[in-house]
Amino acid sequence: MSGILVIAEHRMDELRPVSLELIAVAVGVKAQASGPVTVAIIANDPQKYAQALSVQGVDEVICVKSAVVEFDPDAYEATVAALIAAKNPSLVLLPHSVNSLAYAPALAAKTGLGLATDAFKVEFDAGALVATRGGYGQKLNVEVDFPGKSTVVVTFRANVCKPIDAAGSPTVTQMDAPATPARGQHKKYIEAAGGGDVDIPGSEFILSIGRGVGEEDNVEQFRELAQTVGAELGCSRPIADAGWLPKSRQVGQSGKTAANCKLYIAMGISGSVQHMAGMKHVENIVAVNTDPKASIFHIARYGIVGDIFEIGEELRNQFPA
Amino acid sequence: MKILVTVKQVAAVDDDFEIRTDGRDVDPDFLIHDLNEWDNFSLEEAMKIKEAAGGEVEVVVVSVGPESVDEELRKCLAKGADRAIRVWDDSVEGSDPIAIARIIAAVAKNEAPDMLFAGVQASDHSYAATGIATASFLGWPHAAVVSLLNYTPGSKMATLQRELEGGTYAEVELECPAVLTIQLGINVPRYASLRGIKQAAAKPIDVLTPSALGLAATDVGEAGSLSRVRRMYVPAKGQAELIEGTPAEQVARLVKIIQEFKGV
Ligand SMILES: Cc1cc2nc3c(=O)[nH]c(=O)nc-3n(C[C@H](O)[C@H](O)[C@H](O)COP(=O)(O)OP(=O)(O)OC[C@H]3O[C@@H](n4cnc5c(N)ncnc54)[C@H](O)[C@@H]3O)c2cc1C
Repeated sequence: MSGILVIAEHRMDELRPVSLELIAVAVGVKAQASGPVTVAIIANDPQKYAQALSVQGVDEVICVKSAVVEFDPDAYEATVAALIAAKNPSLVLLPHSVNSLAYAPALAAKTGLGLATDAFKVEFDAGALVATRGGYGQKLNVEVDFPGKSTVVVTFRANVCKPIDAAGSPTVTQMDAPATPARGQHKKYIEAAGGGDVDIPGSEFILSIGRGVGEEDNVEQFRELAQTVGAELGCSRPIADAGWLPKSRQVGQSGKTAANCKLYIAMGISGSVQHMAGMKHVENIVAVNTDPKASIFHIARYGIVGDIFEIGEELRNQFPA
Repeated sequence: MKILVTVKQVAAVDDDFEIRTDGRDVDPDFLIHDLNEWDNFSLEEAMKIKEAAGGEVEVVVVSVGPESVDEELRKCLAKGADRAIRVWDDSVEGSDPIAIARIIAAVAKNEAPDMLFAGVQASDHSYAATGIATASFLGWPHAAVVSLLNYTPGSKMATLQRELEGGTYAEVELECPAVLTIQLGINVPRYASLRGIKQAAAKPIDVLTPSALGLAATDVGEAGSLSRVRRMYVPAKGQAELIEGTPAEQVARLVKIIQEFKGV
């Protein structure tokens, strides 16, 4: 067993950016893995992604032609199993994406491979793979190893590693995906309805509230506060799920990305991986949270350990009209 | 007709927690337990199907864990689940999500439900692996991160939506029985009524062991796992510059930060 196999991801004719991040992760530990970096793309028309995946450090890009056009967990499981059998990698890197979640645990369970999900670091310690992930709501780091496993499947977190820009010249090969009986049918993609006048991606200044607001009646004072300071009001998922604010205000993995934001004030938000996926890139993050150990403080530039109601009221009073 | 719902007792760390002397977990004295947030939604989805079918559906909750887990199972019974199953003995200690999934699959083989619902992930360790691994052990069709479900009990097909990244959803048709991992927000979970809480006390919690389910010692615990926790530690302190002082002083600084951004 040697080398690393990276499974790239695409959707609606576009390569998902996380694919290139994973390649960078693989290239980063390539020397320790003492083997080649192989990148596989599973698609009905895989060739069209080959060039984008040919970055420096990649040895081979395998274009796997699959009869299945859209993602299907059974087809992907069987295909990645076939790739593992062909390449014998010591590490298989998948994005920690909603699609990987639908088959990676099944693949590992069925074939008895090592498995770690949502890892944000991988390294080889004396030849053995160690993956680091979060525990107890991301308050601790957890190192996991895989005794007796010569191949380990790791689903790796997005937005952790910078992609490699330099082009490379890997060999590009073809493979046919194994046929799998269909137990599920992809019907169509549905895009969430537009947000009306709410523009989270376009806003430069966002004030977001999380579960710390406690109850629906408390939302109004933060809406007013956002208005007072001239910010767009955003929220974490529980607030949108409860219907206290529309989904178009939700920031995060399954919501909006604060793409143009320069100042983000997070009030009563713990800092889950999925929330941070939509805002951790923002240069100026101010977190207000009663829990000094909340993981939001790990990415914030400024932290206020305090109560959002107290801080909110004070801000309303002090902010110049 | 039967729906099996898997639930987990999750743990959160106390304010001033300590790491166990072997360095591989938090000292259990510093853990606060609760029902996994996602499980409220999977139970509610099962209850909705049960109620729409006029009560012909049995909802069974299953969990792997020690006696303390009964507290979470009672919460589920109070919300309307018909009965509960808990699997435990010391051999389960050290199980990763895959070993847990093997146990749940063994329960599911006995129970032969028409559907199995699991949470997308648990709020403590966010593995997002148990449900889909369970499907693998059962050989069942499966879908992850389900945010909308159309299913009539006994039907051979379900139509569902999977929530992908960035506000995109995929509509999928899936053969049943199937394992679905249920996402937050798929419904609005109910609270237990006083009557429900009273009735829950009389509902059964069956306690089983892995061996009673036909599992070997090597199927569970570290031997049945695909990973092992080597070390847990508190990450280096974040980069946040803490703004100290009274709330008034803290906010004075915050106002400055906002005004700097605005170029005032
Ligand atoms: C596939 C998937 C996609 C997801 N997508 C998203 C997404 O797009 N966006 C998103 O946000 N989440 C998403 N989630 C959910 C995510 O995992 C968390 O559950 C969620 O982000 C938690 O929101 P929160 O921080 O508001 O709540 P909590 O984690 O409950 O945190 C509340 C915080 O408020 C603090 N607090 C409480 N009271 C006060 C007070 N009075 N003053 C100050 N602080 C206080 C607490 O200390 C705590 O830190 C997703 C999950 C999955 C599995």
